[in-house]
Amino acid sequence: MSIVVKVEEKLYQNRYIVDESRPHIQIKSEEACKSCDRQACTVCCPAACYSRNETGGVTLVTDGCLECGTCRVVCQDKGNIAWDYPRGGYGISYKFG
Amino acid sequence: MVEKFDAIVIGAGPSGNAATYTLAKQGLKVLQLERGEYPGAKNVQGGIMYAHELEKIIPDFREDCPTERHIIEQRVWLLGDDSYVGTNYRSESFNSDKPNRYTIIRANIDKWWGEQIRKVGGLQICETTVTELIRDPSGKVIGVRTDREGGEILADVVIMADGVNALLAKRANLQTEAAPENVALAVKEILFIDPELIQQRFGIKEDEGVVIEIMGKVTKGMVGTAFLYTNKESLTIGIGCLISDFKNGDCPPYRMLEDLKNHPVIKPLIEGAEMKEYAAHMIPEGGYKAVPQLYGDGWMVVGDAAHFNNAAHREGSNLAMASGRMAAETVLELKAAGKGFTASNLAAYKKKLDDSFIMKDLKKYRELPGIMHGNKQFFGTYPDEITAAAHNWFTVDSVDKKSKEKQIMKSFIKRRSVMGLVGDAIKLVRAVR
Ligand SMILES: Cc1cc2nc3c(=O)[nH]c(=O)nc-3n(C[C@H](O)[C@H](O)[C@H](O)COP(=O)(O)OP(=O)(O)OC[C@H]3O[C@@H](n4cnc5c(N)ncnc54)[C@H](O)[C@@H]3O)c2cc1C
Ligand code: SF4
Ligand code: SF4
Repeated sequence: MSIVVKVEEKLYQNRYIVDESRPHIQIKSEEACKSCDRQACTVCCPAACYSRNETGGVTLVTDGCLECGTCRVVCQDKGNIAWDYPRGGYGISYKFG
Repeated sequence: MVEKFDAIVIGAGPSGNAATYTLAKQGLKVLQLERGEYPGAKNVQGGIMYAHELEKIIPDFREDCPTERHIIEQRVWLLGDDSYVGTNYRSESFNSDKPNRYTIIRANIDKWWGEQIRKVGGLQICETTVTELIRDPSGKVIGVRTDREGGEILADVVIMADGVNALLAKRANLQTEAAPENVALAVKEILFIDPELIQQRFGIKEDEGVVIEIMGKVTKGMVGTAFLYTNKESLTIGIGCLISDFKNGDCPPYRMLEDLKNHPVIKPLIEGAEMKEYAAHMIPEGGYKAVPQLYGDGWMVVGDAAHFNNAAHREGSNLAMASGRMAAETVLELKAAGKGFTASNLAAYKKKLDDSFIMKDLKKYRELPGIMHGNKQFFGTYPDEITAAAHNWFTVDSVDKKSKEKQIMKSFIKRRSVMGLVGDAIKLVRAVR
């Protein structure tokens, strides 16, 4: 099957309470991403927050983050992700869950 | 002055709610902290709710608990590329006055729990993330630090009910990060649709529900399952696989979900429905061997944070409620006996777990996660072969039945040797015996 999936359209349905300029997840070293062979975060993140960039590294945009924790689990051998929850009340706010 | 409570419960999911309610009902001064905007804001469930454990805590929950439909039929489907084989179990006896399983919309249930907790005098505070456990020089947990100003709060005992990420226990070196093969990532959507259509398509009346558990080609050979559940005015559809498999594969979770929604067997069931939310959450699936240290000086851990989940039966929220209740009962018993919350006294919590279905079931299935992980044929070869066998068997083409049997066996053996087939059968039997 070759269906084009636009994850942004899925995320658009969700409610977020954005904490301006306070990303709760950060990539520690850009260099480490460049030498990361699978860059599995770009495949595993259910909100497509990680994408490969022109420099061969990975860019993280946490706006659509669903706070699942998968990227932290995936990158544990590299330990290159500093992962925290957003401040209380901020972030994804599921209406149904 | 720093405020002090009898107990602090971190998290307002089923485990934390069961613990908080049980403690508050017996008059303890208990504080429950939740990081979401409201209870449920961060939570995801399929969801099937099992009545039995909730009934033990709130016997008359059916009076006002906002459940969706009670389940009268359970289907288990194995999907091929454009087909399924499956079993259905439906019984009129599930239409009793006290049904035992309901579909739910999780946020509604968590909010309802909040009201129940307030009714018995528990204090639930949302929009507050606990950042750290506070420990005295001996290492005993004596309270928590939050992200609110002056956010230190003390308590005699702290119950961690913070779910699968279990950041607090990890930060305090009471747990290590979960291995990718011990956690699944599930994604799901809620699809709103005319209830009449739900009733027609699934052959049910108002209030009656059907749940479909799905395995097969849709997980693309990865260890995982999918589901489709009927709510009152919506359907939930989701799929999840082990993170180790997502990590080694090249299919993002949302694409897998989209392919599921477009599967020729699934599509007609959800046609015309409107997607209103997309969610993702991890599920602890490492089983018995992945259960961490469960108690220590001044603390206990319950629910998903303790890795209490029975993946084989899709049970999680009931283990969460039961473990939360047991942790609370341990606190009540120690308090009544005038004993402190030392590690050796809190070992009573572990004893309760060991004597209950939680540890017994986890122990029974302890080999299953490893077997599934190490034997991908259950998710790749078998769905193919079984649906092909069914196709062969039900195609009327003047081939005699004996030859058909032979063809089917030959095809199985070609894809997997006889010893392989026998070995798989033995492994499965051992794992679930
Ligand atoms: C897709 C999916 C389908 C499922 N289907 C079913 C099903 O059909 N039936 C079933 O029984 N189970 C199911 N489960 C499992 C079930 O949802 C979980 O087992 C259950 O929710 C665990 O409850 P819990 O209270 O331990 O954790 P959670 O429900 O995760 O609750 C943890 C709470 O703690 C809060 N929290 C976390 N960290 C902090 C912090 N630092 N400070 C403050 N608050 C914090 C969170 O916001 C959250 O509210 C499913 C799970 C998923 C993901
Ligand atoms: S997995 Fe970790 S190290 Fe690798 S690309 Fe992603 S963030 Fe970078
Ligand atoms: S927590 Fe989940 S949704 Fe958020 S960036 Fe990590 S993988 Fe993506």
